[in-house]
Amino acid sequence: MDLTLKIWRQASAKAKGQFVNYQVQNISAEASFLEMLDILNESLVAKGEEPVAFDHDCREGICGACSLYINGRPHGPDRGITTCQMHMRNFKHGETIIIEPWRAKPFPVIKDLMVDRSSFDEIIQAGGFVSVRTGGIPDANSIPIPRRNAELAMDAAACIGCGACVAACKNASAMLFVSAKVSQFALLPQGRVEAQERVQRMVAKMDELGFGNCTNTYACEAECPKEISVSNIARMNREFLSAKLISHKTF
Amino acid sequence: MFYDTIKGGDYRAREANVFRLAEVSNSIIDQCVAQGVPFAREYGGLLDNRSFGGAQVSRTFYARGQTGQQLLLGAYSALSKEIGKKTVKMYTRRDLMDVVIVDGLARGIIVRNLITGEIERHSAHAVVLATGGYANVFFLSTNAMSSNGSAIWKAYKKGAFFGNPCFTQIHPTCIPVHGDYQSKLTLMSESLRNDGRIWVPKKLEDAKKIQKGTLKAKEIKEEDRDYYLERRYPAFGNLVPRDVASRAAKERCDAGFGVGKTGLAVYLDFADSIKRLGKNVIESRYGNLFQMYEKIVDENPYENPMMIYPAVHYTMGGIWVNYELQTTIPGLFAAGEANFSDHGANRLGASALMQGLSDGYFVLPYTIQNYLANQIQIPAIKTDLPEFLQAEKDTKALIDKLLKINGKNTVDSYHRKLGLIMWDNVGMGRTAERLTKAITLIQELRTDFWKNVKVTGTNDQVNPELEKALRVADFLEMGELMARDALSRLESCGGHFREEYQTPEGEALRDDKDFAFVSAWEYKGENVEPEMHKEPLVFEFIEVKQRNYK
Repeated sequence: MDLTLKIWRQASAKAKGQFVNYQVQNISAEASFLEMLDILNESLVAKGEEPVAFDHDCREGICGACSLYINGRPHGPDRGITTCQMHMRNFKHGETIIIEPWRAKPFPVIKDLMVDRSSFDEIIQAGGFVSVRTGGIPDANSIPIPRRNAELAMDAAACIGCGACVAACKNASAMLFVSAKVSQFALLPQGRVEAQERVQRMVAKMDELGFGNCTNTYACEAECPKEISVSNIARMNREFLSAKLISHKTF
Repeated sequence: MFYDTIKGGDYRAREANVFRLAEVSNSIIDQCVAQGVPFAREYGGLLDNRSFGGAQVSRTFYARGQTGQQLLLGAYSALSKEIGKKTVKMYTRRDLMDVVIVDGLARGIIVRNLITGEIERHSAHAVVLATGGYANVFFLSTNAMSSNGSAIWKAYKKGAFFGNPCFTQIHPTCIPVHGDYQSKLTLMSESLRNDGRIWVPKKLEDAKKIQKGTLKAKEIKEEDRDYYLERRYPAFGNLVPRDVASRAAKERCDAGFGVGKTGLAVYLDFADSIKRLGKNVIESRYGNLFQMYEKIVDENPYENPMMIYPAVHYTMGGIWVNYELQTTIPGLFAAGEANFSDHGANRLGASALMQGLSDGYFVLPYTIQNYLANQIQIPAIKTDLPEFLQAEKDTKALIDKLLKINGKNTVDSYHRKLGLIMWDNVGMGRTAERLTKAITLIQELRTDFWKNVKVTGTNDQVNPELEKALRVADFLEMGELMARDALSRLESCGGHFREEYQTPEGEALRDDKDFAFVSAWEYKGENVEPEMHKEPLVFEFIEVKQRNYK
């Protein structure tokens, strides 16, 4: 199929960006979206032009690096997948596709379609862990975990930190991401010990970095490639409120 | 587990290392659970287990179909904890460009900042490389796109020996190749072989019809299906180790029984398991993998059997290290896939993460102390030592050279060509003739690369083409060493299958008398043949036998 691509080009974080139109021909329906961009880039390099920069790594939907709005939707029109899992059979011959980087203040553009998502790392560094050292750990079976809790924790742990929730949200809220991490640990006895401190620290960091608040539109859940449920946000709100009420320490 | 891993590696791993790996493996699970990794639980709340290729007991702990990812996230959260406490400083988006040696000791590294292009000097009392394997030398592999061998290659060129470079793993359960624009291959977790049965048509005419699209898998009667793994290996069936399963798939497809449009695929069928356990159980075990498959192939694997084919997945070879994970350069250590140590000629499923975590959590923290203990009086190393300045200068010269060529071929076109040479000649079946040819072809391609490659952009900005060019330049040298190593190993073992050396039944034929050693290659300079050293493998506890999964 032949396509017109309208791609956001921006030389660096400080430069002014603009949409540039490109044409690609004979794209197979079997190709992935990123392979289509590879084909475009090969043709640009052959012409001596600079290829379009975009983030990608595993190309199988698990690393969370690829981050594109395709026709205005994070990770494109299909549900439950990342950009790299999007295949060209979702598009029609002759179509114009608009491709943009994540738009959110805490995700500044690095170049073209690449954004800096280290703010997510900072949130994790603020509390997204269990404070255990390496070695001298008791047997993993010494604390049985109800299967239901393990499964719910696993549902939350499936988050790959891609940032689609932020990109989908009109408030650029990171609530789905943060609540997935908070939930994973809060549901497990190992993480329960620090639960009250963790939720306060992570929420405070999220606010500090400039992510917005949640107004319950659920756009995040609709666009999440791992289909993380908004019930995690409810769980985080409960955790947060009770921590504020009864915690010995507030942050 | 100790025995499985040695046997799985076809008796080409160092026994002491594997013993240690087996010893600390339980601690890894304890550690990960304490970090909050959500392993699957039984109804009583205890950890659940399942079986995996190459093991006859269920001894693998798992987190749905994404155990590796969850272990990685566990390690990431533990690292983030330290970064938050400011005990670790993280430098993201950097590629290693060189290892700096001062007075014979590894004292630092040169990196390129991938955002600004700045060449940075970092010094330390010791250097640990945990930079993964080099499977992307094949262009198409299941490795992530940025995964590359440059860090260990630079270490090799600075004097660290390279161990068993030809030992690469071809994973049997990947989604087949579909076009020449393809950028990477997708792995379907090995766990699928627990419940999926692998087969091809028994009759050649059925296979031909399937390739043409006139016959469907479901229309082939049970008696006309060849469950070739169950037929050849009744004891292990579909759970034979990866090298055996991959080779068996290749054998059937080469004989013309392959399925799919290209004839380069075999079926992985869940119909029996769905009948026996119900769709719900299969969905709870593999739901995410089935979804992934459907998105890529556009076929419902609950209704039709999956199509799979082997693809390059892992490199058992790597920088040679001693028992303390120190390379031949004092002060330079290598951990995880970057080293060669634990998997011999074939790695078993679930062992890569285990080795990575074992090296990082339970081996290096103890062994590196032996080295650092003597360094306690030495003050911080300065980065303006002449060795650092020289390494920085060399790096800048290399980048300039690449940017100035301004030829007519893209970097990817060279990588793709190299990948094809490697896959055809240094892949699943190797012969002296093809390996010799590969060496010449790679040398020619390398010469052409340095004359005609086109690298756009400049060094002082984000430049993915330059990043790729630097990596491909190293792959073009690495591929040759892999072929040389494969050529010199006159036996078949694990993933290294020399067609000249096989049993009458087509199984790998080892030569323990002459080849029970680790090949450790020493760099001797540009366009000079490297020198091979041999580390003999001595087995004190395990009886060396022919590997038998029948």
